[in-house]
Amino acid sequence: MPTVIFRSPDGTAHQVTAASGTVLMQAALAHGVPGIVAECGGNASCATCHVYIDPAQTGPVGPPNDVEDEMLDFTAAERRPTSRLSCQIRLSDTLDGLVVHLPEEQV
Amino acid sequence: MSAGVVIVGGGQAGFGVASTLRACGYDGPVTVFGSEPHLPYQRPPLSKKAHTGPDDLQVSLVPETFYRERDIDLRLDEEVVSLDRAARTVTARSGARVPYTHLVLATGARNRPLTVPGADLDGVHAVRSLDDALAVGRALATAGDVVVVGGGFIGLELARVALAGGARVTVVELADRLLGRALSPALEPRLRERHERFGVRFLTGTAVRALEGPGRVERVVTSAGVLPADLVVYGIGAAPREELARDAGLAVADGVLVDELLRSVSDPWISAVGDCARGPHPHAAGPVRLESVQNATDQGALVGRRIAGREPEPYASLPWFWSDQGDVKLQIAGLRAPSDEVRLTAGDSPERLAAYAFRDGLLVAVETLNWPAEHLAARRLLAHGTPVTAADLAGTTLGALARARRATEVRT
Repeated sequence: MPTVIFRSPDGTAHQVTAASGTVLMQAALAHGVPGIVAECGGNASCATCHVYIDPAQTGPVGPPNDVEDEMLDFTAAERRPTSRLSCQIRLSDTLDGLVVHLPEEQV
Repeated sequence: MSAGVVIVGGGQAGFGVASTLRACGYDGPVTVFGSEPHLPYQRPPLSKKAHTGPDDLQVSLVPETFYRERDIDLRLDEEVVSLDRAARTVTARSGARVPYTHLVLATGARNRPLTVPGADLDGVHAVRSLDDALAVGRALATAGDVVVVGGGFIGLELARVALAGGARVTVVELADRLLGRALSPALEPRLRERHERFGVRFLTGTAVRALEGPGRVERVVTSAGVLPADLVVYGIGAAPREELARDAGLAVADGVLVDELLRSVSDPWISAVGDCARGPHPHAAGPVRLESVQNATDQGALVGRRIAGREPEPYASLPWFWSDQGDVKLQIAGLRAPSDEVRLTAGDSPERLAAYAFRDGLLVAVETLNWPAEHLAARRLLAHGTPVTAADLAGTTLGALARARRATEVRT
């Protein structure tokens, strides 16, 4: 089971272990990680589950899909090259040890 | 027991109040009454796919530990039956009495019932609760003919769910068009056409007269003929759950009447949030009651912040809505009035469409089909109060305007 570390802007870390195949956003919600709002429940509709992938790990996570890519232009916090919507990322064993950084704001 | 905040209702709005109170450092007692046996959950997914068991429904907003760690007293399967405003207590069905300093009504809405003969037959369902969704999911597994009564958001979502499961699907709608006032008349035929292309049959301007069958529904009698049906699902609107407020003498009028801070107009120690509240909004001409996740979330958070001692803020969040109907993603930003002028624009691919609504020459609302980026751009611009005219939008998109504006902001 892959483990993910969510880092809040204040430096707090939240470690979450979830089954392979779990959507990253769901893993965050299921463990009460603050800073993931996910108002639309994971339908790539609202851009309130924005995260920054740790720069060392963007390779294995992969790039955003086309719709997500457009939506990332309108997130509440600034878009960076490492920006993704966590509802569009599925955890797998190759992502074990993933570190994601939470933005200052989602709404 | 010392008095604290009592929240009646364990949906998205009630959850928002409780979690915000703690996030803002409120350290008094927080009690949440939920009438269902489940942890507070998201309702939107319930009508967007077929659910067969609780395992495939990861809909809880947060796990049970969230409430324990924050000392939130979550009382599930427990309904509040009376409210004593003089004594500032509520009484639950179990007999438990809980005192409050602040009371928040987050009681939500209930489905309007289908009142035709035969509405109580087996195989007739509405979808509001998790248990409803599981019942429909199980029935869909074997249904060949599905009749959906009501061409609103829920009806259209369920029609596409049933179609995806292999059923023949007919939507019966009393009005002449789908989605009533929620969608502009300009966009409605385009939405309808997409669903028809996938095989949904629509009978608009058609009344359901009766449901028939020997214990279990087999036929739907309509003003346009008799339809075979193994399963009937209906979504014909919702009404606020306001009995508790009304019985306690609070002003209600299709919703608990609240002021701009979301306090009952009758009692400043009582607030109402989410589907059950009706109040003023800067984007609406009169008091409005909004049924949406956005409204429930934002109102819950606003009341949580105020009770926790933050500077009170008038409610002014931009309303937005979405509905996933099979391959159609419908999103709405802002509140359109029937008299607004609407302009339909095609996006950069055939499935993308936007309807821009203008009032006094300025953009007030945007409806999009399969164009989430344009929806988000609309939300950014409308929420910031950026004036956009029809001329500004000539030959371009809100996305392009918002990107240009962002670039300007970064430079300055």
